[in-house]
Amino acid sequence: MSKLGNLGARLHRGEVGYDFVGNRKIWYGVSILITLAAILGLTVRGLNMGIEFQGGAVFTTPKTSVSVAQAETFAEDSAGHQAVVQKLGTGGLRIQIAGVDTGKADQIKDQLAKDLSVDSEKINADLVGPSWGEQVASKAWQGLAIFMVLVVIYLAIAFEWRMAVAALVALIHDITITTGIYALVGFEVTPGTVIGLLTILGYSLYDTVVVFDSLKEQTKDLTKQTRWTYSDVANRSINSTLVRSINTTVVALLPVAGLLFIGGGFLGAGTLNDISLSLFVGLAAGAYSSIFIATPLVADLKEREPQMKALKKRVLAKRAQAAAAEEPLDDSAAGNPDDFEPDDAAPAVVGQRHQPASRTRGRGRPSGKRR
Amino acid sequence: MAAPKKGRSASAQSRPGRSLALILIAIAALTGGMFASGHTTPRLGIDLAGGTSITLAAKSGQESAINKTNMDTAVDIMNRRVNGLGVSEAEVQTQGDRNIIVNIPRGTNSKQARDQVGTTAKLYFRPVLATEVSGAAASPGATPSASGSPSAQSGSKATSSGSPTPSGSATPSATATSQGRPVTDALKATSSPTPSGSAPASSSAPSASPSPSGGSDATAALQAQYAALNCADPAVRAKAGVGAKPTEPTVACGQNSQKQWQKYVLGPAEVAGTDVKKAQAVYDTQGAGGWKVTMDFTSAGAKKFASITGKLAQNQSPQNQFAIVLDGEVVSDPYVQQALTGGNAEITGSFDQTEAKDLANVLSYGALPLSFEEQSVTTVTAALGGEQLHAGLIAGAIGLALVVIYLVVYYRGLSMIAIASLLVSAVLTYVIMSLLGPTIGFALNLPAVCGAIVAIGITADSFIVFFERIRDEIREGRSLRPAVERAWPRARRTILVSDFVSFLAAAVLFIVTVGKVQGFAFTLGLTTVLDVVVVFLFTKPLMTILARRKFFASGHTWSGLDPKRLGAKPPLRRTRRPSAPVDPKEA
Repeated sequence: MSKLGNLGARLHRGEVGYDFVGNRKIWYGVSILITLAAILGLTVRGLNMGIEFQGGAVFTTPKTSVSVAQAETFAEDSAGHQAVVQKLGTGGLRIQIAGVDTGKADQIKDQLAKDLSVDSEKINADLVGPSWGEQVASKAWQGLAIFMVLVVIYLAIAFEWRMAVAALVALIHDITITTGIYALVGFEVTPGTVIGLLTILGYSLYDTVVVFDSLKEQTKDLTKQTRWTYSDVANRSINSTLVRSINTTVVALLPVAGLLFIGGGFLGAGTLNDISLSLFVGLAAGAYSSIFIATPLVADLKEREPQMKALKKRVLAKRAQAAAAEEPLDDSAAGNPDDFEPDDAAPAVVGQRHQPASRTRGRGRPSGKRR
Repeated sequence: MAAPKKGRSASAQSRPGRSLALILIAIAALTGGMFASGHTTPRLGIDLAGGTSITLAAKSGQESAINKTNMDTAVDIMNRRVNGLGVSEAEVQTQGDRNIIVNIPRGTNSKQARDQVGTTAKLYFRPVLATEVSGAAASPGATPSASGSPSAQSGSKATSSGSPTPSGSATPSATATSQGRPVTDALKATSSPTPSGSAPASSSAPSASPSPSGGSDATAALQAQYAALNCADPAVRAKAGVGAKPTEPTVACGQNSQKQWQKYVLGPAEVAGTDVKKAQAVYDTQGAGGWKVTMDFTSAGAKKFASITGKLAQNQSPQNQFAIVLDGEVVSDPYVQQALTGGNAEITGSFDQTEAKDLANVLSYGALPLSFEEQSVTTVTAALGGEQLHAGLIAGAIGLALVVIYLVVYYRGLSMIAIASLLVSAVLTYVIMSLLGPTIGFALNLPAVCGAIVAIGITADSFIVFFERIRDEIREGRSLRPAVERAWPRARRTILVSDFVSFLAAAVLFIVTVGKVQGFAFTLGLTTVLDVVVVFLFTKPLMTILARRKFFASGHTWSGLDPKRLGAKPPLRRTRRPSAPVDPKEA
């Protein structure tokens, strides 16, 4: 089968695997850096709010021979306001004029039609009052808040509160990063962007939930054994759902990419483009956070439980013992005597169900699992 | 093979066929319904079909005034206005708690519609100075002086003869008042037997000589206007009375119950719509029964109303009538029997429920402390709309193709199940969207298209979760059939939990947000639900059935389930049971 298929098999058997939980500090660091950059971008540069948020008019003309600079002059003359003109892929122009009210826009449109010698009926006009964008955005925030509360409650019931907290952190992380990228790159924020952002909610959580589900399943009888700590199992859950995560993300990103490039390529700017751009950024961030942030965070929180602490102690003790006993026998993956960090102990995957595999792993390991 | 839970899989074997049959029947039924209803394509939103979409937001001094009742009334009124322009299929609907969306399809005069919608409604009570049927039949100058005596006590049903011919014969029973019903106006307290006979046939017999006779302030210009007014002509009608100042007399048009247009000379406004505190349609259980409209006035309004009714009651028909004028159009012209001093009044007549409610709405609208502000106006030409739709479809097709290619490469034979499921999902989505157009007014707009495209990912993910589970089970060493049955419950839970989260997001967004976000949320929610349906009723049963096929069961190289390629067979060193590739260690 394809390479990824093989990888899936090897991940499943634990021949390869990445120690997501053990290396969580690195990834927390990375995320904090990105988040800081995002916040910095937001505060320093601010978001480039589109015309929908300031009020104004956007006209889209059919193909015309008038140059951008000329059109700009026309637009500014007729509106008395600053105008921004872009050439579209179709040969038409997109003329944005901020600050005009909806009543006056009709005159401007007629004037423009005359100046550009196109039929007024063929000009698309998007006139926005100054408070509309705000309303859309404030409703969106309201929706976001309600959704977050509900989802935390739901996850706390379906899983447990730690997972709910971790999922929430991951979600906020994704949204911060996405808005941060918007601020840093200076993409225009439109209602379409807001839609994209809101979808990320669902998607980011969707991804996280799948990992959590596997985590929950695998940690069911955790305290009854002494072989694995919670972190080990968490790591295994991530690795065993890794192929799915990759597949899902690819499958989700492919249509969005299609949308982005079609939206951009065919139509210049437009709703399609706005939505897909924020989706693209957000989906990528969502896939990253569910693997690198959410689950390690759960492990972190969980290991604080007295029960889990006790388990960890037992596991470590047993490993130390095993290491002492098996040292001469060469392969003792579970013991991992060369491990500094104890949680790191079973970086590779392998479930309880694969207990014998611990032997194997010694051999598989050098190839892949040690970071 | 040595399936540990043979029993379970065996018991499940009877079901898959049934589920498959069920979903296929459902698809057939829905598709049949779609063709039967004649709506074979989803209704397109303004941004795809072209047209103008206006978003209005309510503004009010007091927040409490922005409530559902008031908004619904406003929508009703706007609907009247926009569709009164002869705009076909303009739709007016509330969105969120304070927005009204007006969608006007292309090919209509959007500018005029915008003017109509954007302005605040003006409701006045004006005394009637003269009135007559206007239109082809009625020669403008005719002044039939028939005095519709209020004889007929025929009760509320106004339908009686009363063909208000200009001949002015005015049969006594001829009751048609402007809005058709013979509306009497009675003070509740004194309650003269409410449906006090038909109205004085006022309308039918425009006794009032249109000449200045009655209306002393009806100037010559007004007279000329009145004479020339032909209310049967929509263009003329739309202009009649436009711009009239409330303090000046004016001409206006109204429609009577025979759907005939009637023209009026009206005195200066005496009472404004804002003087009405409340208006309601109630069913009168006493008296003759039937629907009536009650009005409560504010204290200032009550005074004014008392004075006008006092004056009017002494006049002859039709000058004992007052006209309720909304946006220059007479919506009702009840006559007054006596001065109404109680601060409330009721209009009785041959209303049916709808008519009574309409009138009450109109009356309350004048009392609405709402005004509306244009929030956004989007005009999309048909060309651009088509282009956007095109781009959306192409993007969707490309996205789908990429997903299919990826699935085929990665899952090989298994991908056929995924693709078939995606197809089923797509067909269901399309059919349901088409059906939702006429039923709940769903319109496919650009964000909705985006939602559908994004949903490809969510739908495909369910299959991926399931397939990966099956593969895991095979890697454990199970043969396909038990692997499928074991994988399903776990995959099912994951799918349900994650779809629930996705659906929750869609539902919250749909309820809370406004504008384009709503369309998007709707599609997302719909496709999420369909995803669950398809996975349960189609993908799983299909998988169960195909698992019996040799191609899949034997793990053919191209089936995507080849145990060897999946690395199922545990390395020898790994197991103490070298003979058995199947080791149900988890059991």
